[in-house]
Amino acid sequence: MKKFLSIVVVLIAMIGVLSGCGSSNNSAGTNQPAGSKTSAAGSSNTFKIGGTAPLTGSTAIYGVAVKQGAELAVAEVNAKGGIQFELNYQDDQQVAETAANAYNTLKDWGMQIFLSSVTSSPGVATSALAAKDHVFGLTPSASSTDVTKGYNNIFQMCFADPNQGTASAQYMSKNKLGTKIAVIYRNDDVYSTGIYNTFKAEAEKLGLNIVSTTTFTDSSSNDFSVQIKDAQSKGADLIFLPIYYTPASLIFAQAAAINYKPKYFGVDGMDGILTLEGFDKNLAEGVMLLTPFSADAKDQLTADFVSNYKQKYGQIPNQFAADGYDCIYAIYDAIQASHGAITPTMKASDIADQLIAEFAGGFTFSGVTGANMTWNANGQVSKEPKAVVIQNGVYVGMN
Amino acid sequence: MVFLFHLISGLSLGSIYAIIALGYTMVYGIAKMLNFAHGDVIMVGGYISFFASSAWGLPPVVSLFLAIIVCIVLGVTIERLAYKPLRHATSLAVLITAIGVSYLLQNAAQLLWTSNPKVFTSIVGFTHFAPLGGKLDISLIAIVTVAVSAVIMALLTWFTGQTKIGKAMRACSEDRGASQLMGINVDFTISVTFAIGAALAAVAGVLMCSMYPTLTPTTGAMPGIKAFTAAVFGGIGSIPGAMLGGVLLGIIEIFAKAYISTQLSDTIVFVVLILVLLVKPTGLLGRKITEKV
Repeated sequence: MKKFLSIVVVLIAMIGVLSGCGSSNNSAGTNQPAGSKTSAAGSSNTFKIGGTAPLTGSTAIYGVAVKQGAELAVAEVNAKGGIQFELNYQDDQQVAETAANAYNTLKDWGMQIFLSSVTSSPGVATSALAAKDHVFGLTPSASSTDVTKGYNNIFQMCFADPNQGTASAQYMSKNKLGTKIAVIYRNDDVYSTGIYNTFKAEAEKLGLNIVSTTTFTDSSSNDFSVQIKDAQSKGADLIFLPIYYTPASLIFAQAAAINYKPKYFGVDGMDGILTLEGFDKNLAEGVMLLTPFSADAKDQLTADFVSNYKQKYGQIPNQFAADGYDCIYAIYDAIQASHGAITPTMKASDIADQLIAEFAGGFTFSGVTGANMTWNANGQVSKEPKAVVIQNGVYVGMN
Repeated sequence: MVFLFHLISGLSLGSIYAIIALGYTMVYGIAKMLNFAHGDVIMVGGYISFFASSAWGLPPVVSLFLAIIVCIVLGVTIERLAYKPLRHATSLAVLITAIGVSYLLQNAAQLLWTSNPKVFTSIVGFTHFAPLGGKLDISLIAIVTVAVSAVIMALLTWFTGQTKIGKAMRACSEDRGASQLMGINVDFTISVTFAIGAALAAVAGVLMCSMYPTLTPTTGAMPGIKAFTAAVFGGIGSIPGAMLGGVLLGIIEIFAKAYISTQLSDTIVFVVLILVLLVKPTGLLGRKITEKV
């Protein structure tokens, strides 16, 4: 019995030691068979567009928002007459294997254009499949470089992770947000470390003063007292958080509990913090985040999008909804720009050839997540990031 | 001053591990099984308290008692349905069953309450003290947690040492067959043990969620494993050992993070554990039992 017990203990100890290596995402959601279609009238003049998203599970906030944004754009496009779209979203629960199955379901359905995946790890899996089949993919929000790297047919609507880190450092430096900066990132997550590494490189170049760098892992994401104390005792007045909103909410609460009130700066993973159930929004007051979209922007395009979205879903759209919306319009514009070279009766791979030529060939697109976007041959977008600050529980644009 | 701050953080984190470890050690000591579903009972306790206080608006103390009651019912039911039929099976079979129950609870929670995180409201509020002229800052929940775990340890020591049912538990722990011959109702005793373990899990869940207020269906998994480690560290089966192991584990974890590396803290914790077990295989306060043939 004692021997058996010690084997168990050693096994568990090993799990604990090794848990720093994987990027785990415990997001097996409910097992509802998901998938939804926004149908258009005919079929011979209709493009079939598919995508995978976490419609259930811990990141469902992102998936549902993208799907709703895309559905809204499809409804608007179809109402114009002319080019018609049919949209099919499949649930991937933010699991790579589920996403691969979802991709195959979409292929059987006859998908011609792929909206890729909403989050990065499923995106890496579906990109490989889409590259093999030569289907054109445009991901709304899978920001890892691995989603596009090595494929000529996958494009991103969102910033790639390295750009987020660089842009954050540039923004802090330009606006002189903090004199002493602390960083807390999750070192077992490719998204968080990716942003941190490029942030650090750019910060050194710009001469930003990083006084404290601390980490956490999935298995130690409860207690942040040490990380917060380190930042506080080194006098940091700005904390950069390239992490998702769930651990960020704990950091806000624990810093407030010891009366430490620095400025916080987050990236797109922070988006969603205001929708966290039971979260005290006062804790997020003054939090800044880098996002390509701010719902209170005054331009006509954004104002129309926000009011139509609110009317249809009763919520203010977040950046993920905006990404989904822009993806559909970017594809719509690209098809129009081809002057009839792309038709709904073509095979997916032929459409891909044409769309790749458009996107990599200097096509510009202005949408709600940025004006005059262009794409390079690696599929990465070039656009100006916007920063928003949380005031009275809503996002307000910064300059 | 920073050292004191870290010590208090370590103490309060350690006290949570200690309460969970007490549950592990009780069940192991008496039923001789590793109840890996213990961590997930903690999660259920957290959810019950969350819904009781935020959805139904019950006062914190009532929500705590509701969580305790639900967890006791759950713990006893699990024992009756999943473990009792395996009482004479090999320990490996019971262990696998316990892991199965753990996954069952996690997935059931995902179905029932979705995996979107919920933010728990602390049962004692956000009060904190600033002694020593404001140089130090201690939250009330940290004090409550340390106090509750000390009280629970004292109560359990008294309970197993002095009461009739407590003595029955110790008898079962020493020799189940002989205690049955002496007229002790073994099944009932084991059920009571599970009820106590589940009640402790509910208390741990509510305290843990008060301190670290994010609640997901996997909330209990990692603290459960760490607390199990703490129980073994202190000497599984021993009540003061679980307390000592839990508190030490919390302090080592926080100090490793603060003074060595935040990246390596988990590695350091488990390396310390492995070293202790190499030197003292029965844990810090574990009794060495020589098996008589």
